[in-house]
Amino acid sequence: MNLIFLLIIPGTLGILTLFIRGNQKRALRRHILFLGALSHLVGTSLFYFPGAQRSFNIYLSIDSLGLLFLSLHSVLFFFVSIYSFGYFFKEYRSEQERGIRHLYAPCMLFFLISMTVATLTSHLGLLWVAVEATTLATAPLIYYHHNAHALEAAWKYLLICSVGIALALLGIFFVAAAGKGSGFDLFFSDFIKNAKNLDARWLKIGFLLIMVGFGTKMGLAPLHNWLPDAHSEAPSSVSALLSGALLNVAFLGILRCYQICIAAGLSEFTNTLLILFGLTSLGVAVVFITNQKDYKRLLAYSSVEHMGILSLGMGIGAPFASLLHMVNHSLTKGLLFLVAGHIMLGYRTKKVSEVHGLLKTLPATGILFVTGGMAIMGLPPFAPFISKFMILRESFTHNHPVVAIFYLLFLGIIFVAMSKILFAMAQGEKREIPGTLERYPYLLVSPILLAAIILVLGLYLPPGFIHFLREASHLLEGNL
Amino acid sequence: MDWLLTGIMLTAFVILGSSQLGICIRVVALQGALLSLLPLLAGDPFLDLHRLFLAGTSFTIKTLAIPLLLTRSLSQAKIKREVEPAISLHLSLLGGGAILVGAFLGAKFFSLPTDPFPSSIIPVALTIIFIGFFLLISRYKAITQVLGFLVLENGVFLFGVTLIGEFPLTVEMGVFLDLLVGVFVMGIMIHHINRTFDHIDTKALAVLKDIE
Repeated sequence: MNLIFLLIIPGTLGILTLFIRGNQKRALRRHILFLGALSHLVGTSLFYFPGAQRSFNIYLSIDSLGLLFLSLHSVLFFFVSIYSFGYFFKEYRSEQERGIRHLYAPCMLFFLISMTVATLTSHLGLLWVAVEATTLATAPLIYYHHNAHALEAAWKYLLICSVGIALALLGIFFVAAAGKGSGFDLFFSDFIKNAKNLDARWLKIGFLLIMVGFGTKMGLAPLHNWLPDAHSEAPSSVSALLSGALLNVAFLGILRCYQICIAAGLSEFTNTLLILFGLTSLGVAVVFITNQKDYKRLLAYSSVEHMGILSLGMGIGAPFASLLHMVNHSLTKGLLFLVAGHIMLGYRTKKVSEVHGLLKTLPATGILFVTGGMAIMGLPPFAPFISKFMILRESFTHNHPVVAIFYLLFLGIIFVAMSKILFAMAQGEKREIPGTLERYPYLLVSPILLAAIILVLGLYLPPGFIHFLREASHLLEGNL
Repeated sequence: MDWLLTGIMLTAFVILGSSQLGICIRVVALQGALLSLLPLLAGDPFLDLHRLFLAGTSFTIKTLAIPLLLTRSLSQAKIKREVEPAISLHLSLLGGGAILVGAFLGAKFFSLPTDPFPSSIIPVALTIIFIGFFLLISRYKAITQVLGFLVLENGVFLFGVTLIGEFPLTVEMGVFLDLLVGVFVMGIMIHHINRTFDHIDTKALAVLKDIE
């Protein structure tokens, strides 16, 4: 039942939209995209009913960790599909820019399906296939604008991520080699049950390669080179999904291998590696956020920063805080990229220096942008503050004072650098802008809802949500 | 079996040292064909359905489909059919030799169980993976970067052959499908790079950066 809503309906709609071409039919394609998103949301919510079927066949059976990722990208995708009604009507259109525009809706739907398979599967090989499929589905989306810059971004993305993911496959082979001869297939549950019999040497090499491979896709420094280009050149709705959903799915790939390593008693090795990647990402983000000239690149580097925080949070042994932060980051960054899309449409530029007086020129956009900005920098009363603070606290309780000091230092610098840029954009006198926002209501619905969610989560965490997160983080402590 | 592995390794060196793009593509196809033989030799019943299917798919995709796609985008691109190395071909070959020595020395630490294949399969796989990396970073043309990626992928495949049987067929087919679609998308992009810049030199793709 769930699979029909989650995979079959969006898949069929995706294939259908492949055959609906032409600029005039754009509205129809957007409606179909919305239907696909709605069906996916229904399918996801079915899992929350008591007694819902969670296991479909040997390859597809979801646990609470997978369900968390699935719900997150389902909700975000739904918001983006509403936003899509408004966004593309007012984009700059020039005569030379023709080509694969009609691929927007089908590629989005294929992207949705491949992410869903990645969260549903219990098999390492299938997980790899699904994550690689997300790369292929999103490359045309990044090339949406059909200019030289978008082409460069898409080419870099495709090549760097494909190579990275090939390394992850090698890593999965090493993990398989660690269990060779014991006769079980590549299911995580089998590996976790037999973790004590695995050969620790191969498992370590496997984890390292998977960390590098999926880490490339997740945007961990120093493997993040594709990320700022792709995020800044893609349409804003796509950037929101790349940052809020795609990076998480790559993180899930790392976490699946992490589960096996923890059960095999290699936590010291994996944690050191996670902390190292996390701190490097934070450090790189500090360097590039300071004096950043392009606000979409700024948001992209902020994603590198937050992926670093997730990795660091796992490394110090705070899976609960890390997962909570993942949820908060996805919602907040989704909000920010969608609002950045308003600014793009209004001001027709990505340069920070050409955007002034946002609060007076486009008041609703300005307020949402400032809200999102304050949330992502970790100011109370928004949700990211709680998770950032929890990670800080846990790093002291788990005896990582040096890590905590660096974490605070980096976050402090990023706070100053980012607020300087964001407030320079928001404040100033009202001015004439070159673009118009024709379907403004469509563009506003999703960001307002996202802002409301991060505000509510910042003030009150529902017990049901906490319980659900505990269940998911329990899996990351070596349990099955 | 050793002969086959040697052959696979030599093809990697031919790709490294060749200056003609057309030859490079054909040699990658040959390498794919040699690799496709390996699953057949993996064990006793010679005609096991799983392995037969794997070999067949591997041959169709690596030797027929992908080289055809690449040859097509090469002929559409109307470019000079020469490799443009950032590091000269002689130096590339020397580098390949260094990689080979390194891989055989390093493989002592990788005493992975490889039966029924000879233990030299691990260093050969490592050599091919690193040569793939070398091709990726030392060539300017977009199409040679795709070739580098394919060589890298072949190395990973060679490594994975030792684990035949642990992987279910459906997943293996998924891996091949991803590879095929990946090269297809790359081929389309090469076409667009050519149309936008009138060449497929990736030096033009270095505009996006943070510091001006």
